[in-house]
Amino acid sequence: MSGTVPKKRLKDLSFWQKIYVPEIIKGLSQTLKQMFQPSFTMEYPEVKFDPPASYRGRPVLVQEENGIERCVACGLCSRVCPALAIEVQAGETEREKERYPEKFEINMLRCIFCGLCEEVCPEEAIVMSKDYEIVFTNRADALYGKDKLLTPIAKLQDRINFLRQYKG
Amino acid sequence: MNDFLFYIIVALVKIVIIANMILITVSYLVYFERKISAWTQNRVGPNRVGYLGLLQPFADVLKLLLKEDIVPKVANKFIHSMAPFIALFVAFTTYAVIPFGPSITLWGKEIPLMMADVNIGILYVLALTSIGVYAITFAGWSSGSKYSLLGGIRSSAQMISYEISMGFSIAGVLIFSQSLRPMEIVIAQHGWMWNAVLQPVGFLTFVVAAFAETNRLPFDLPEAEPELVGGYHTEYSSMKFAAFFLAEYANMIIGSAMIVTLYLGGWQFPYVETFGFSPAVTIGLQVGAFFVKMGALLFFFIWVRWSIPRFRYDQLMNIGWKVMFPLSLLNLIWAAILAMIMK
Repeated sequence: MSGTVPKKRLKDLSFWQKIYVPEIIKGLSQTLKQMFQPSFTMEYPEVKFDPPASYRGRPVLVQEENGIERCVACGLCSRVCPALAIEVQAGETEREKERYPEKFEINMLRCIFCGLCEEVCPEEAIVMSKDYEIVFTNRADALYGKDKLLTPIAKLQDRINFLRQYKG
Repeated sequence: MNDFLFYIIVALVKIVIIANMILITVSYLVYFERKISAWTQNRVGPNRVGYLGLLQPFADVLKLLLKEDIVPKVANKFIHSMAPFIALFVAFTTYAVIPFGPSITLWGKEIPLMMADVNIGILYVLALTSIGVYAITFAGWSSGSKYSLLGGIRSSAQMISYEISMGFSIAGVLIFSQSLRPMEIVIAQHGWMWNAVLQPVGFLTFVVAAFAETNRLPFDLPEAEPELVGGYHTEYSSMKFAAFFLAEYANMIIGSAMIVTLYLGGWQFPYVETFGFSPAVTIGLQVGAFFVKMGALLFFFIWVRWSIPRFRYDQLMNIGWKVMFPLSLLNLIWAAILAMIMK
């Protein structure tokens, strides 16, 4: 069998490499060294990962200090969403910004966390939060309405600063 | 009659102790396998079930017990269910001849610290471990799956190539002990006259052959996951799979016990007689020495698994026939010359 297989790399190996045992000892000492290194494991429920500002977690709607959302229901996010996860219905108000979303729904089963909604938003009204713990036990719960999406701006300042620095 | 009863009771007690010892050692071997793999990869490993995850092996067994036992439609059902039990049978019976301490005297009767002091103990081990390969080959063939079949075939091919160098390495040991009785092989290695010191090449070939016999990495070709989806146990589930798992780890314990007995002086604690302890303490130290040596070897088995990648099939055959076999022959000649000189 070995007659048909061309022998490769014969020249590259020195005598000590060819007898194999010293190389095994090298490999074993390497793993032994690693055994005494500290581990990188984050023990999740107790220790939680604190994402950097560039992290794209669950998309949320920005709520100003006065409790009103920034969104003007232009529908661009819904339009750009590649997974068709966002549904917006506009309504009219007496406020300075005349439009607001009567209904704003993100289907979290569809969302792929691409961040295009955030990128396209002219009002900086929808941003990606740092929330990565997204749990629901049935399909109806996966539709996140305004109650779950509206997030006070104080919590999102990190991401907004990041966007102002790097977006566009 | 009274004597007869006494020896029966002693044998039963020894069986219970050894069988339970194997089971507990196996479960914690699995635990340490996972822990050591975690440490080498800078992870933590199982630490949720019980203190430091110490109950993890029991949780695993419980999980396997509750799983559905699936037998493929095309499987040969009789052989398919027989194979795991052959594996278990071999794994558990081999311990019978391994001495883990010197003889002790209880109520005026001498009791060797091993199940059966057979005068052909080494042959017995060799014969049984050869049966062990049937379990794997049967499992592979009867599953009716090509991956399993390939695993089974590889196992028998591997067995043939490594049994020979194993046999010749053992022959080198037997030259010194002049006996096939494990107890006498151990006694022949008094002081630092360990066979590993006298014939290091034979030690190396035997250790490599032991790795191949127990199907551990770097010789785990019968169950090579990336090529064979698990090999011979691809089609097994539930307790039958657990039986294979148990047998694999029990074989590892046999492998290290055999290495200790044949090459590392068995239960011998070098020069313990000269320390001047009482006989009971001396025996305790000797039994302890056996288990410490075995534990170190088990750690070595696991350590090698997480360090060295698997051999390719042709490399395995090349090493078996072109390297290990001539080396073990050379070792035999060396052992013969050494034995002549030392006489």
